[in-house]
Amino acid sequence: MVTDLRPSPATSTAAAGSTPPRQPRSGWRDRISRVEVRWSPYLFIAPFFVIFAVFGLFPLIYTAWVSLHDWDITGAGAFVGFDNYVALFGDPDFWNSVFNTLGMLVLATVPQLLMALVLASLLNQKLRGVTFLRMGVLLPIVTSVAAVGIVFSQIFDRDAGMVNGLLGLVNVDAVDWRADKWSSWTAIATMVNWRWTGYNALIYLAAMQAIPKDLYEAATVDGAGKVRQFWSITVPNIRPAIVFTVIMSTIAGMQLFTEPLIFGQGGFAISGGSLRQFQTVSMYMFEKAFRDFDYGYGSAVAWMIFLLITVLGVVNFLITRRSR
Amino acid sequence: MGVRPRRALLATTLLGSLVVVSACGGGTADSASGDVTLIVKTFSQFGYDELYREYEASHPGIKIKEENIGKLGDYTPKLQQWLATGKGAGDVVAIEEGILSQFMAKPDQFVNLLDHGAKDVSANFLPWKWQQASTSDGSKVIGLGTDVGAQGMCYRKDLFEAAGLPTDREEVGELWPTWDKYLETGKTFKSKKPDVGFYDSTGSVYLNMLMQSGDHTYYDATNKLVIDSNAAVRTTWNKSVEMVKAGLSAGIEQWSPQWNAGFKNGTFATIPCPSWMLGTIEKQAGPENKGKWDVTRVPGDGAVRGGSFLAVPTQSTHQKEAAELAKFLTSAKGQTAAFKAKNNFPSSPQAIDDPVVQDFKNPYFNDAPVGRIFGESVKALKPVYLGPDNNAIGDRVGNALLAVEQGKLQPDEAWAKAVDDAKRLAK
Repeated sequence: MVTDLRPSPATSTAAAGSTPPRQPRSGWRDRISRVEVRWSPYLFIAPFFVIFAVFGLFPLIYTAWVSLHDWDITGAGAFVGFDNYVALFGDPDFWNSVFNTLGMLVLATVPQLLMALVLASLLNQKLRGVTFLRMGVLLPIVTSVAAVGIVFSQIFDRDAGMVNGLLGLVNVDAVDWRADKWSSWTAIATMVNWRWTGYNALIYLAAMQAIPKDLYEAATVDGAGKVRQFWSITVPNIRPAIVFTVIMSTIAGMQLFTEPLIFGQGGFAISGGSLRQFQTVSMYMFEKAFRDFDYGYGSAVAWMIFLLITVLGVVNFLITRRSR
Repeated sequence: MGVRPRRALLATTLLGSLVVVSACGGGTADSASGDVTLIVKTFSQFGYDELYREYEASHPGIKIKEENIGKLGDYTPKLQQWLATGKGAGDVVAIEEGILSQFMAKPDQFVNLLDHGAKDVSANFLPWKWQQASTSDGSKVIGLGTDVGAQGMCYRKDLFEAAGLPTDREEVGELWPTWDKYLETGKTFKSKKPDVGFYDSTGSVYLNMLMQSGDHTYYDATNKLVIDSNAAVRTTWNKSVEMVKAGLSAGIEQWSPQWNAGFKNGTFATIPCPSWMLGTIEKQAGPENKGKWDVTRVPGDGAVRGGSFLAVPTQSTHQKEAAELAKFLTSAKGQTAAFKAKNNFPSSPQAIDDPVVQDFKNPYFNDAPVGRIFGESVKALKPVYLGPDNNAIGDRVGNALLAVEQGKLQPDEAWAKAVDDAKRLAK
């Protein structure tokens, strides 16, 4: 086939003088094939970008447009420039929600990833029924987030909750989990940790299995203990996986919504507690946009979430890159 | 490990962090057979199931489908969305009185029921109820009254007995001619039963007292926010704080899972119960607690809390049929049936005087003569004007009271916060 289409220089030379009859056709085919080679990869990845443009990029830009207007449920009002953002910067409820979100992010991400690391290294040992155990840690992620929220809200109930029951056994007074920042954050972070630790552990496990065994053998010969091996070999070698999980957890944590909403109570649960103790920034966005129907303001909050995540993502990225 | 993986990661970060705001809508669909399907949107419990069947039987070709959302707090934003976007509201919508004024501000979203013969049935409603859903010049009526939130006080007989209080509903009613006496009774109760709340949450008692305190609350009749200048609001707040300090509250928010369970478990001994709440109590306390809950008169003068209207949105494609259905459901007969089903107390004078209502006894509440108890409350009531953001402001005041209950704010700080929140909301 190849020789047929692209005659060797020798045959071309032999046929010199008269234009080979196949030349134009083969040039046309040639061009098609070159176009195909050049552009088909773009075509193959196009579906993602088309869908992304429609459902990702367009809403993002449209949200920015809405945020520059006094826009309520009846539609676009006056163009107000950056007024919504100016108001947002002076809005104590907004900053409170940012503070809550960051607090829960730390409480949910740090212990979660540390536990996942430990869990992964345990699962990386030679164990009986290891596949069963590895699948087992994934089970929480299969559970619906609403179910997790409901069950944990009962576990952390003030009057009849299991945690307060256990605390009562050691003579600790019952905690009103929804009344304080620290207690409500703990309860919500527990839900997030329970659900995502196994998932992160599996990502770490996959990365750990790619570490060459001879590194450990050499370390053992050199007299390094298990702990030393973990910190000096395992962790540095799975660093890309750690960077990935840190960034993904940060993104998810900044968008925390369902768990605190279900943890809240009554008809005004979106306020996240009597003094907004656990209202996250996504909840605040929802309250403004879909309860007060101040779409312009809600969109401004949405954009601030986007910017915050971007800043945090870049900071995360830089830190984890430095600590090489 | 060059630059590429890092770039890829950075890109992942950026892409992953996109926040997409989306809203969902719904639509109505008719069956293909030429039948007309009317969609009725309600919240909580309206007690219309039997009436639908009856109406379908007497109006061949009409099918009725009710779409219900449990909490009013969840229903309100949906309704606003359906109306604003012109899609999803169905044919008949329920409007609670606390949110009515914001919809009255945009009367074009609703069919003028005067064009569908509503004038002929105006005598079916208490005059102020009719007035509430009419424009000020009387040229347009957007809603027909369903029920009025006649007030009663529900109490647990077994808990009263354990605390050495009377259990007979007449005697219990005599314990609290005023809210001050109610407070005193609460103190007596708590001294005997310290582990049980006297009432569910202070916000619930506050709201009932507030609705008895005058002809307006957070707004005056010109829709000006008067939360900090209307002395009645502050007086009610102070009385509520007194009750918090006496430790009467179980500290359980209304409409929370704990609140639902509380009816069954007896975590609070009394609850101010507008007529429409009896259905909720029966459902939550369950058949095994039949007879434990009873109902008596509310402290103070009777007043109204809650109560609803039925309206036909202009987006309905069957406005004529929908208006007919709304007239049927709000007729004296329809209101009587709804009262018998769920104790939603009628706003129709004919229904209120109907012996069926007057003599109606609720078997779940020890055959309490609820028709008579609520009827007396309704006779004493004066309409209260509620402004545009009434319910949203109520949410914020409720949160402030809860913070006092939780011991997180001093009463004065909490009041200042509630006023500040209300002003920012209504700006």
